Amino acid sequence: MAEPSKKDEQPVGKVNVSKADGAGARLEDEEVAAIEKPVQRGEPILQVRDLKKHFPLTQGILFKKQIGAVKAVDGVSFDLYQGETLGIVGESGCGKSTVAKLLMNLEQATAGHIFYKGQDITKLSGRALKAVRRNIQMVFQDPYTSLNPRMTVGDIIGEPFDIHPEVAPKGDRRRRVQELLDVVGLNPEYINRYPHQFSGGQRQRIGIARGLALNPEIIICDEPVSALDVSVQAQVVNLMERLQDEFNLSYIFIAHDLSIVRHISDRVGVMYLGQMAEIGTDEEIYDHPTHPYTQALLSAVPVPDPDAREHRERIILTGDVPSPANPPSGCRFRTRCWKAQEKCATEVPVLAVPERFKGTDSPAAHESACHFAEEKDVVHAA
Amino acid sequence: MLLEVRDLHVEFRTREGVAHAVNGVGYAVDAGETLAVLGESGSGKSVTAQAVMGILDTPPGRVTGGQVLFRGRDLLTLPEEERRRIRGAAIAMIFQDALSALNPVMTVGDQLAEMFTVHRGLSRRAARAKAVELMERVRIPAAAQRVRDFPHQFSGGMRQRIMIAMALALEPDLIIADEPTTALDVTVQAQVMDLLADLRREYGMGLILITHDLGVVADVADRIAVMYAGRIVEQAPVHELYKRPAHPYTRGLLDSVPRLDRKGRDLYAIKGLPPSLLRIPPGCAFHPRCPMARDVCRTDVPPLYEVSPTRGSACHFWRECLDGSAGA
Repeated sequence: MAEPSKKDEQPVGKVNVSKADGAGARLEDEEVAAIEKPVQRGEPILQVRDLKKHFPLTQGILFKKQIGAVKAVDGVSFDLYQGETLGIVGESGCGKSTVAKLLMNLEQATAGHIFYKGQDITKLSGRALKAVRRNIQMVFQDPYTSLNPRMTVGDIIGEPFDIHPEVAPKGDRRRRVQELLDVVGLNPEYINRYPHQFSGGQRQRIGIARGLALNPEIIICDEPVSALDVSVQAQVVNLMERLQDEFNLSYIFIAHDLSIVRHISDRVGVMYLGQMAEIGTDEEIYDHPTHPYTQALLSAVPVPDPDAREHRERIILTGDVPSPANPPSGCRFRTRCWKAQEKCATEVPVLAVPERFKGTDSPAAHESACHFAEEKDVVHAA
Repeated sequence: MLLEVRDLHVEFRTREGVAHAVNGVGYAVDAGETLAVLGESGSGKSVTAQAVMGILDTPPGRVTGGQVLFRGRDLLTLPEEERRRIRGAAIAMIFQDALSALNPVMTVGDQLAEMFTVHRGLSRRAARAKAVELMERVRIPAAAQRVRDFPHQFSGGMRQRIMIAMALALEPDLIIADEPTTALDVTVQAQVMDLLADLRREYGMGLILITHDLGVVADVADRIAVMYAGRIVEQAPVHELYKRPAHPYTRGLLDSVPRLDRKGRDLYAIKGLPPSLLRIPPGCAFHPRCPMARDVCRTDVPPLYEVSPTRGSACHFWRECLDGSAGA
């Protein structure tokens, strides 16, 4: 992929463009065309390759000197297929929200690529980037701080149209906003109300309506229901599932609640300390996990069934997650892993189908970054 | 009975009117028993606990009726000085957010030691030694060094351990834990709940666990009280409640939680929203959201019917609900 011209601010089709600018504009046209092209169901729509984000740690006030880096995301790769939901789970500090920001291009990646329909969005700018941004939208965790308290619901949901007027012409906006309110199950007459007049669940619906406004193809949801009560959570999750079918959306669903993620996801990736530990279909991850961290994580989730108390094995991890500024050598989980051996300290395990399961049709044959990957069911009572 | 709450009423005076946060709550805990109080935000579960501890913000809050009997003595009628002696020494509380519950400008050692100097009149040196001992009890590594650290130097899980250490300091008879693990990651939650269960057993304390998490309740509780709009709607031993709920709200909650061990399609969603405490619906507060609601539910407040000697349900049609859940 060639770098697009730096002069992409120049409107296209202007008369006196120099030769170089003309080429740049043509290239940009091609990129935009590629981005606008629809993707077949089941084809990858987003491909993330070896994505890294390091936040520098500096010392000194006047002459800042870099003394290290917080490796928030350190080599993450995955695909998102059209029409599917990819769940990303992990504990606080594992880098899952940073991944979301990188996918939205809200943070500049330190290294790696994010291909959206073959175009590397970390390198795009101008019209092409704007087209990408229209197609990748986000729903945030906290419905209390992610909506501007001084704007009406109509203005909040309609604001994306100011930036992308081609989606809804000015005269049509009010109708479009009311349509969106209706789609997310809110009364279209509430268009002139303010966020504080709504409950948490209703606010999250407003956030979802805003995410839908530009007819995106991908919605990145960062903990979209964790601030909600159980009874309201189910309503929002059901709504999101219905919208996915209706608008043919692909979701990246980031959450720490493993039960919700299983419910909504087709595939699930488990992150630990900036890296992907294991990735597979929901059944492969939940019923046949092979990475010790996944097993520990799943075994720690309390199940709403008192009978499971005596019959489920609990893996209680010792210690805390190491600092991402100074991660352990080799496998990052080895400091807390009960299987760790010398090899784990020296060799970094790659995320791949473990050798022993290769070529078998066992559900354990999915990508797992462990030298000693082994299947173990920790979810179901023995 | 260690603690018995009887017909407790709490109101808040707000600019928009009187919020009826707690409307006749009653529960009891015995020594060595774990009672879970389950409810969503605004159900009154924390306010009840604050009234029991005597740490309700007054004003705007006010206890308007009821009794809190601790070993037979009504705490609500005791003078503040005497309550303070009970608070911490006999009943201790663990809060959700350890970072805001701990003093940020005091070392954790000093905060723990304070318990002993104030309540037990120990010397500073002896109290400091006790603090280290407590930190070891709650399994904080390198306690002797870390006793000089400030709260912000600890991780979330370690901070919650310090909260637990502080609650245990004077070996109380009863601990009230208000969402003790809600802010923690699952693996840390497992560590902390494990520790809490061990210590409770060791000291033979009673525990009131306030939570919204049906999973955590299933894991540790003996009995459970489900709250809705300031009332207890169902009370039962934990196994029976999960197997056969006798209140439509409990059943709705159980059906709306996604399961880790199976995929399942559509989640059941309880329709509508929890009521505003300023305007609690007449009759059964749950009737606008209830799939079983009939005319009588709109007019008559259901009492806590006796389902069995150990169970109660505040639903006019608890029999139907119980039978319905047996079939499901």
